[in-house]
Amino acid sequence: MATINVNGRSMQVDASPDTPVLWVLRDELGMTGTKFGCGMALCGACTVHLDGAPVRSCSLPLSAAVGHRITTIEAMSGTPVGKAVQASWVAQDVPQCGYCQSGQIMSASALLARNRKPTDADIDQAMSGNICRCGTYNQIRAAIKQAAASLTGRA
Amino acid sequence: MTDILNLSRGKALGTTSRRDFLRATGLAAGGLTLGFALPAASRLALAAAPTDTTINAFLRIAADGTCTVVCGLSEMGQGVHTAIPMLIAEELDADWTRVKVEQAPVDKAYSNPIFGMQATGGSTSIRGHWEPMRKVGAAARAMLVSAAAETWKVPASECRTERGQVIHSSGKRLAYGKLAASAAKQPVPETVTLKDASKFTILGRNLRRLDTPPKVNGSAKYGIDVRLPGMLTAVMARLPVPGAKVVSFDATKAKAVPGVRQVLQIPSGVAVLADGYWAAKKGRDALEIQWDAGISGNLSSASVSAMLADGAARAGAVAHTVGDVAAVKPARTLEASYEAPYLSHTCMEPLNCTAWVHDGEAEIWSGTQSQGPSQGIVSQIAGVAPGKVKINTLYLGGGFGRRFAPDFTIDAAMLSKAAGVPVKLVYTREDDTRAWFYRPAGVTRFTAGLDAAGVAQSFTATVASPSIMESSGFMKIPPNGVDHFAVEGTEDHPYDFPNQRIDYSRVEPGVRVWFWRSVGHSQNIFFTESFVDEMAGAAGKDPFEYRRGLLSRQPRYRAALELAAERAGWGKPLPAGVHRGIAVGQSFGSYVAEVAEVSVAADGSIKVHRVVCAVDCGQVVNPDIVKRQMESAIIYGMTAALYGRITLKDGRVEQGNFDTYPMVRINEVPPIEVHIVASTEKPGGVGEPGLPPFAPAVANAIFAATGKRLRELPFDTSQLKRA
Ligand code: FES
Ligand code: FES
Repeated sequence: MATINVNGRSMQVDASPDTPVLWVLRDELGMTGTKFGCGMALCGACTVHLDGAPVRSCSLPLSAAVGHRITTIEAMSGTPVGKAVQASWVAQDVPQCGYCQSGQIMSASALLARNRKPTDADIDQAMSGNICRCGTYNQIRAAIKQAAASLTGRA
Repeated sequence: MTDILNLSRGKALGTTSRRDFLRATGLAAGGLTLGFALPAASRLALAAAPTDTTINAFLRIAADGTCTVVCGLSEMGQGVHTAIPMLIAEELDADWTRVKVEQAPVDKAYSNPIFGMQATGGSTSIRGHWEPMRKVGAAARAMLVSAAAETWKVPASECRTERGQVIHSSGKRLAYGKLAASAAKQPVPETVTLKDASKFTILGRNLRRLDTPPKVNGSAKYGIDVRLPGMLTAVMARLPVPGAKVVSFDATKAKAVPGVRQVLQIPSGVAVLADGYWAAKKGRDALEIQWDAGISGNLSSASVSAMLADGAARAGAVAHTVGDVAAVKPARTLEASYEAPYLSHTCMEPLNCTAWVHDGEAEIWSGTQSQGPSQGIVSQIAGVAPGKVKINTLYLGGGFGRRFAPDFTIDAAMLSKAAGVPVKLVYTREDDTRAWFYRPAGVTRFTAGLDAAGVAQSFTATVASPSIMESSGFMKIPPNGVDHFAVEGTEDHPYDFPNQRIDYSRVEPGVRVWFWRSVGHSQNIFFTESFVDEMAGAAGKDPFEYRRGLLSRQPRYRAALELAAERAGWGKPLPAGVHRGIAVGQSFGSYVAEVAEVSVAADGSIKVHRVVCAVDCGQVVNPDIVKRQMESAIIYGMTAALYGRITLKDGRVEQGNFDTYPMVRINEVPPIEVHIVASTEKPGGVGEPGLPPFAPAVANAIFAATGKRLRELPFDTSQLKRA
């Protein structure tokens, strides 16, 4: 038994310590918004926040998550940045198949939480770990800029 | 495995080949009978929504006016769950803000009229449903009008409809929600009149996708998200070489992994079933298996290339001729060979399927493109009548043709049957890449006979590649010996050469091939449009003007070409080092031209600065979705052009995950502009046609930049290195 903090709640999980957080979330806790794409930290589909920083949950063992705060896509509407990002994603109609988008939104939200005016280079830097096989990249870029504008407008 | 795949032959699939349908002109007229009979499965689903009235198999109207469209097609990113509701809503005069969409069960009512079975692919959705779905909406509208006329005791002719209401000439109004119950009892009209396009209020507009909201908060459910009580997750050790066999295996270590419950052997390999993915994967990795690689154990990419080159050097079955190439006595001859590799589809969601075979029935939960065929296949595996097989279609995390294939469905059903519990089979990324359903590798050899001025007198092409028709298990090469999928894009190129001959030389290295986004066009339009660029060079002509001059009998190609060139500023100066290339292609009834702006660095690396695309896809349902599909296909084609390559060594695939089978990422993607040619033609497909012109447009730009002609995909940048 391990205790982890997911989206502000303490959760008891019965999984071996080497189990990646991705599979703890999906198989143990039934939180399927976080996606499996590669299992090797190569695609970003499984991105969650660990103490606010984006991490690939497929390569983060349960043992390393104990004592830290995990935030997933399911909780993003509860944060001002997450809300703005989701709203701009809807406004730009970003998703196609949608499978990569939880990870995209987690990476974008982490970027905007620390940088309210990201340049194209900042966006490339923060987002190039997230593959989108449907090719929604230009819409992702536009949506990040729109979210940035709405966040700075509000500030 | 082949035998199992062949289960899909016969009854479940019908006998009409896709080619016959694709060739037919009156698609919509030929196809669907309106599904007013409600399928049994829908009746069950409807029990959950007691306030809804079922108007027909495709439409329910709730008392509050919500119109729920039941869509038999799979949503894999292409926007069909928005486009099909738009078709119905237009003729229904629905209030779009109250339209919802729901995935249909498997049922004959939802047969795709182009395929004759319930399936999504081949860019057929709008081509096949443009008229049938509008008729569904129009019929429902007529029934609502009859119901209102009956209520008011007025002639139906005095009533009109607008935004979810029937309105009488006196000004009285009734909302659809109030009329639904009596509308459902009205006779179904025998004929309906469809709106003239000038009256459209929904079609042709940039309406937002209905599936976006659940896709931004993690609530959208994909096949891989299915969870059932008592379910086990399976990860398999799959055949490492085509046709390999398990000689023996030792599961001791696998069974020692905590959470592992069962180890089962089925024809496609050995499966470890566990409480969750992680235990199943660890158990799979702990299996000790002795494989017999069989006859394919020596296969290598070099041997495949040699077989293809050999095939291209022989005359093949004649696919297309014009005039007599043998009679031409050219002043000079231009010759070139082009090659493309096997490719994996690599959907973002690794392949998976959940099955529960029990007590004389079977149920599947899956992101599948082929509900109809799956029902037939599963019924044979489970040993139950097709009607006892339920298919629950979830969102697809990408399809691209790959989710048309039956492997994951077959294996999940076999595993559930053997295990006696619900089983979710999940492919690892490596399993997905190595699952032996590939875009065919191919070599095409071209010859052009030119007169002294460089004007083409003859054009010949020999296409060497494996046959998708034969590989698919549900089609056969016709008596003329030509697999249409192998030569499409070359045999039907648009240019007005006076003498032509295009051959198909079938070569089967022993690797199964499959439909991959844009199918044969994906490599053939690269080959042909690159060679035509070489011909333009030999004639001393500008590549755009050369093509234009040969398209005088092809107005749709020509209009797309001209629009792309104009919007790209063809002929206008570019920044130093940036060069343009152009290419055009027709596939799935849509005409696409692309101009790529490219620079090549001293180390040979290629940068694409901008892509301008023009598409004539006939009448447009939703322009934004069309533009996004063009862009999506261009980026998919960019990955193929820059990186895509499945290679073989000792019969094994050398690629596995995204480190060895890389994808284009956000930092590499240029701005992409899409312009739509205004058209009153029948709708063409949009999911695939944007892909083929991209690679040749870039190759032609690379030639303009460097004078080097790259005749192989993916581009070998080492050839472009400057010393
Ligand atoms: S699944 Fe974790 S990065 Fe791909
Ligand atoms: S939307 Fe399909 S992979 Fe990104």
